[in-house]
Amino acid sequence: MDKGLELHDVVISKGGAPLLAISKSVASGEVLTVMGPSGVGKSTLLAYITGTLAPDFEAAGRIVLDGHDITDAPPHARRVGILFQDDLLFPHLSVGANLAFGLRVGGTKFERQQKIAKALDEVGLSGFADRDPATLSGGQKARVALMRMLLSEPCALLLDEPFSRLDAALRAQVRELVFARAKARALPVILVTHDAEDAAAAGGEIVTLVPI
Amino acid sequence: MKTRRFLPLLPMITLLAMIGPVLAGLYGAVLPAFGHLPAAGLFGPSLAPFEALFAWQGLPRAMFLSVWIGLASTTISLLIVALIMAGWSGTRSFTVLERMLSPLLSVPHAAAAFGFAFLISPSGWISRALSPSVTGWDRPPDLLIVQDPWGLSMIAGLVIKEVPFLMLIALAAIGQVDTKRSAMIVQALGYRRLTGWLKTVFPLVYAQIKFPIYVVLVYAMSVVDVAVILGPNTPSTLSVQIVKLMSDPDLGMRLQAAAGALVQLFLVIGALGFWLIMERVVRRFGLAWIGTGQRGKYDTITRQIGLVLALFCAFSVSFGIASLAIWSFAGYWGFPDFLPDQFILKNWMRHSDGTLEALGETVLIGSVATLTALALTIGCLEAEYRYKLRVTSRGMLLLYLPLLVPQTAFLPGLQTLMLNVGLDVGRGPVIFAHLVFVLPYVFLSLADPFRAWDARMGTIAAALRASPDRVLWSVRLPMLLRPILTAAAVGLAVSVGQYLPTLLIGGGRIETLTTEAVALASGGDRRAIGVYGLMQTAAALVPFSLALLIPAIVWRNRRGLRHG
Repeated sequence: MDKGLELHDVVISKGGAPLLAISKSVASGEVLTVMGPSGVGKSTLLAYITGTLAPDFEAAGRIVLDGHDITDAPPHARRVGILFQDDLLFPHLSVGANLAFGLRVGGTKFERQQKIAKALDEVGLSGFADRDPATLSGGQKARVALMRMLLSEPCALLLDEPFSRLDAALRAQVRELVFARAKARALPVILVTHDAEDAAAAGGEIVTLVPI
Repeated sequence: MKTRRFLPLLPMITLLAMIGPVLAGLYGAVLPAFGHLPAAGLFGPSLAPFEALFAWQGLPRAMFLSVWIGLASTTISLLIVALIMAGWSGTRSFTVLERMLSPLLSVPHAAAAFGFAFLISPSGWISRALSPSVTGWDRPPDLLIVQDPWGLSMIAGLVIKEVPFLMLIALAAIGQVDTKRSAMIVQALGYRRLTGWLKTVFPLVYAQIKFPIYVVLVYAMSVVDVAVILGPNTPSTLSVQIVKLMSDPDLGMRLQAAAGALVQLFLVIGALGFWLIMERVVRRFGLAWIGTGQRGKYDTITRQIGLVLALFCAFSVSFGIASLAIWSFAGYWGFPDFLPDQFILKNWMRHSDGTLEALGETVLIGSVATLTALALTIGCLEAEYRYKLRVTSRGMLLLYLPLLVPQTAFLPGLQTLMLNVGLDVGRGPVIFAHLVFVLPYVFLSLADPFRAWDARMGTIAAALRASPDRVLWSVRLPMLLRPILTAAAVGLAVSVGQYLPTLLIGGGRIETLTTEAVALASGGDRRAIGVYGLMQTAAALVPFSLALLIPAIVWRNRRGLRHG
């Protein structure tokens, strides 16, 4: 069984007109960077992989993750994690409860709390479990969002311009953190960006989508 | 997995709950209108019911009143709303006015009408304030102010309630129109504020709020409770006459009532048609006016008039409720004293059993109808989200249909139909009848916030391996707590205010605060009216306060939900 995320002859079109075509595979721990002008359908590609494509698009081609064809699986059963440019922390839950939402079912209450505390330690946010996410800084929110996603134990990670809202100093720091955590878990990563620095930092193959 | 099979059916079930009773009621009116009522031993078809109805000398006047009151009150309400928004939106006075008007929205029509009557009647508060110093009256003058034959007091009583309604609808609509920039551009072109707004923003806003305006027109033409309190009675409006016929112990009178219901329906269709034609006429004149390039010579005075009229509405309702409150605690209160000699609790104690019983009934019916409406609405919206359904404008029209068919046109038929098939009247059917009116308002109130929820939250939650049900229950609904509670408060207020469905479908045996209050109208016991009217207002207002209070408490430590 091949580890990694494979896109076999994926073609996405809108109203019969093809929008983008891509056929690539991303091995465990590797990063594939997808670049291109806005409106070319980068985010649409990610929506197809997460299973949340809007109904006005048509798509063909298979998505295979760790040897399983997930093309027709419902979004919550795909084990594909995603981070957006907004942190999208659930505003009604504390930081700890946000992480608990992501954490896989199982374990005693104590064990779960331990795991959450450890995840917060890992990104330098010890003791933040009871905080209201709205009171966190941008960089802190981004780190919580990352750990929440990783605690759900995804088999692949999609990044939809996740660093574009952060200022320059923070940006490099968060970017490094995300890539390091993904690498440590040997996740295949697809990064969508139009920032050349992001692409360089990712260090992997770069494909540029062009309007077709 | 039960939900998977059930959820896709919910839109159909909801539609059936809303439209079913309306269609059944219209069908139920057609048969007896043509002389077919097996329950009374009558078999048609015959034209006798229409002949009997047309033989009534008051009919032309009753029909005229229905049309006149409907068109006049709707036009005046729309004019006031247009003037106030054109002249003042974006100013501080406007914010103050908005704050004054929005709580008045939930005041039931009957309570507002009673309060208004207490203000303007010959022995009312206004007359007391001016007597004897200005008027020289030392006893109430013998004037027919309330229930005047031209329905002027009824028109005013409707206007003061419809202005807050249309204004809030227009405010919601304005969010979807780019008003700030067009205001800047027209002012840069040298237009005054009011004229510029009327010429550029009003057409866009009108297109957004035209269905609610039609609802107001239909309501004003066919309302019964306000007409009983403020409307003329020699003769009364057609709707009141239909209800009189329906409550006649002689079952045969229902044939005439059914014929009247059909006449009412055609009157409403005719008035709506007339309104649609007038839309075109006004459009033509408006375009010509825009073509003249006039910048607004009379803006200043027109703005002032708009503000005065809007303040008149706000003060009429609030002082009306205040006078209900004072009467409910009044001991001896002679004319022309501005306040009673003493304030007492006796009126409340005398009516405590009656009001508490009616309150219980009101809350029971309102809660069941509102919870059902909420469940159906959330189910529909969630089905729309999960199965990525599209809602067409025709679908939205269906939502307005129960509000566009006059109550007096289909409720008599519904009652007669239930009688024919041997269904008993009572609480259960009353709840269903309330649901017909509660559902559209709950849906309209919740749909926008529900659809505006950031769908990426759902994507993230699904990527965190949460099932669609878990996303709904643990993410979406908690985040939407405030709009859900607001929709519930709207639903309760609508249910509390219902008069005709409770009276007709309850067979006169279900006594809510509204039916009890309206029943007091002919008696003239102002202290009792004060007690029941105030209770009715509270029953509608308290849920709104809770809808503000509960999210503030539950989410006191969640800054991200404070303004959403």
